[in-house]
Amino acid sequence: MGAVLEVEGLTVEYATDSGPVRAVDDVSLSVDAGEFLGVVGESGCGKSTMLFAIAKLLSPPAAITAGAVRFGGTDLVPMTDKQLAGLRWTRLSVVMQSAMNALNPVTSIGGQFRDTMVAHGVKNRAEIHDRSVEMLRLVGIDPIHLKSYPHQLSGGMRQRAMIAMALLFTPELVIMDEPTSALDVVAQRSLMVQIKQLQERLGFAVVFVTHDMSLVSHFSDRLAVMYAGQVVETGPTRPVFDHPAHPYTRGLLDAFPSITGPRVPLLGIPGRPPELRDPPPGCRFAPRCPAVLPQCTESPPPFFEAGPAQARCLLLAKKAEP
Amino acid sequence: MTSDVPLLETLGLTRHFKVGGNLARRTLHAVDDVDLVVHSKEIVAVVGESGSGKSTLARLIAGVYRPTAGDIRYQGTSLEAIRGRKQLLAYRSDVPMVFQDPFSSLNPAFRVSHGILRGLKLHRRDLNSRAERQAEAERVVDAVGLTPAREILDRFPYELSGGQRQRIGFAQALAYQPKLILADEPVSMLDVSIRVGLLNLMVRLRDEQDVSILYITHDLASARYVSDRVVVMYGGTVVETGPTEDVLAAPQHPYTQLLLAAAPDPRVALDFDTGGDPAEPPRVVDPTPGCRFRDRCPLVEDVCHRIDPVPVALRPLHSVACHVAAPATHPEGAR
Repeated sequence: MGAVLEVEGLTVEYATDSGPVRAVDDVSLSVDAGEFLGVVGESGCGKSTMLFAIAKLLSPPAAITAGAVRFGGTDLVPMTDKQLAGLRWTRLSVVMQSAMNALNPVTSIGGQFRDTMVAHGVKNRAEIHDRSVEMLRLVGIDPIHLKSYPHQLSGGMRQRAMIAMALLFTPELVIMDEPTSALDVVAQRSLMVQIKQLQERLGFAVVFVTHDMSLVSHFSDRLAVMYAGQVVETGPTRPVFDHPAHPYTRGLLDAFPSITGPRVPLLGIPGRPPELRDPPPGCRFAPRCPAVLPQCTESPPPFFEAGPAQARCLLLAKKAEP
Repeated sequence: MTSDVPLLETLGLTRHFKVGGNLARRTLHAVDDVDLVVHSKEIVAVVGESGSGKSTLARLIAGVYRPTAGDIRYQGTSLEAIRGRKQLLAYRSDVPMVFQDPFSSLNPAFRVSHGILRGLKLHRRDLNSRAERQAEAERVVDAVGLTPAREILDRFPYELSGGQRQRIGFAQALAYQPKLILADEPVSMLDVSIRVGLLNLMVRLRDEQDVSILYITHDLASARYVSDRVVVMYGGTVVETGPTEDVLAAPQHPYTQLLLAAAPDPRVALDFDTGGDPAEPPRVVDPTPGCRFRDRCPLVEDVCHRIDPVPVALRPLHSVACHVAAPATHPEGAR
């Protein structure tokens, strides 16, 4: 299977009074057709900015300053809005964090489905209705809710309606920005299972952004861990969870309490992410790293192989030497 | 832990809200007949999904709402017996609240010290001078793990991270020398990597400052990490309560089992079976008699549609309100 999305050297900068702030720094990723990629990191690590850049939704002062976002072989970066309109929603759609804000509060769910389809050239009323009913059924909502307004639905239903809307044209790629963060555990879990089932059925690829690593553990095929604007570790989900190579990944994994097994005191990751205005030289995680070496602060570490994964950490270089 | 008079006790606590207009007047049962006990130096976790009534419970205890029925007793005295501003202030300083959203609960126009010093001036009559209050403010900021305390106090909220702001929330509560802190989802807005620090802080406050905490959350894993006892709520009622380890090791109520299965944990294999749960909140507007969980329950029986289950003690301290898991001695005449 070929890659549906290839991000290469993507760099996003925010123009500020005191010079550019690099929120996404030289990020490269690829997503195969039908693959589920989890992107995890703390708030402020640039994961949402990266996602907006991929969907070409950035607005000033943020702008892509370098790199390419190849979607199905064509680079989206130089494209105009008009050119993008043909792609958006038909081949690539986005599910935002808060469905309450993403759905129009004064238009019924069915009305919003209709607007979307009309905008992409589907004019036949019967066809619009049938497709809307089909999609709502698919996400487990009674089609009676086509007449409902967003405020009449529960948080979980609104998110599922958003997902139904994103799938109206069966796109090749769906980008999701923490779609479950406003939901409680039970609703969150039910939505995740549903996304996974839909994905298996319809075959679209997913880029799923979250700060909660445990959430994607059972659902993603591959993980990309971001820290301070950079991808610090990437690899197949299971090996990354079982043997995290980067100390930051390990820290994230050790940060949440377990529901089973012994009750052990946890430490979390002390300190806070660096100012992107003035990132530390060398490894950006060095100031918080429990295993920091003197040479970590000298120059930015490149990617090293760590089994099936890759991580930006000098500890791996040391292991590789002897 | 077991003294004769608990620190705080609710008896049949009930709060209903009127919804709808005059012609369609209906009653929303936010909290129904809740018995809760908090002893001193104890962290009690109240766990439930959105709409389970857990936040309403905290607000009832904080005195934001008045109960529709039932009673709240603090150190043996009913809150109904509170007379006058002085007694009310005394209760509020003993039982302060820490809010969910650290970004909107601090006044952005004032320095961090403002809120803490105001609280001290209002509630701490033993501190007579500005210098004493300043010293106390530094002590509480230090106690929540923010250093250097003097410098932090001079900052504005926007200069602090989410985790630091939430620590300030706890520092404000601590300044009143509280007996019980009501913490309403204090970590849910924070990043996973920062949550643990706050959870550790809560444990430390219990151990070192001798406060009790009512920890309200939807996250069973964090409840397990900090709490001594857990109270599981569903649709405004308590469905299961007991020592945290007992409840989590052998959950009796099907809802507790569902919550446990839904908690994401990469260390445990995923059980896809429970993924089919519709995850719809229960109907608590004009509910009909019977178990509120019956529409989602895999074990549902005929009796569940007719009779409200009552809490039955399975073991000392561990009780469950479920007709199937813990049948009352006279199932048909359970009330």
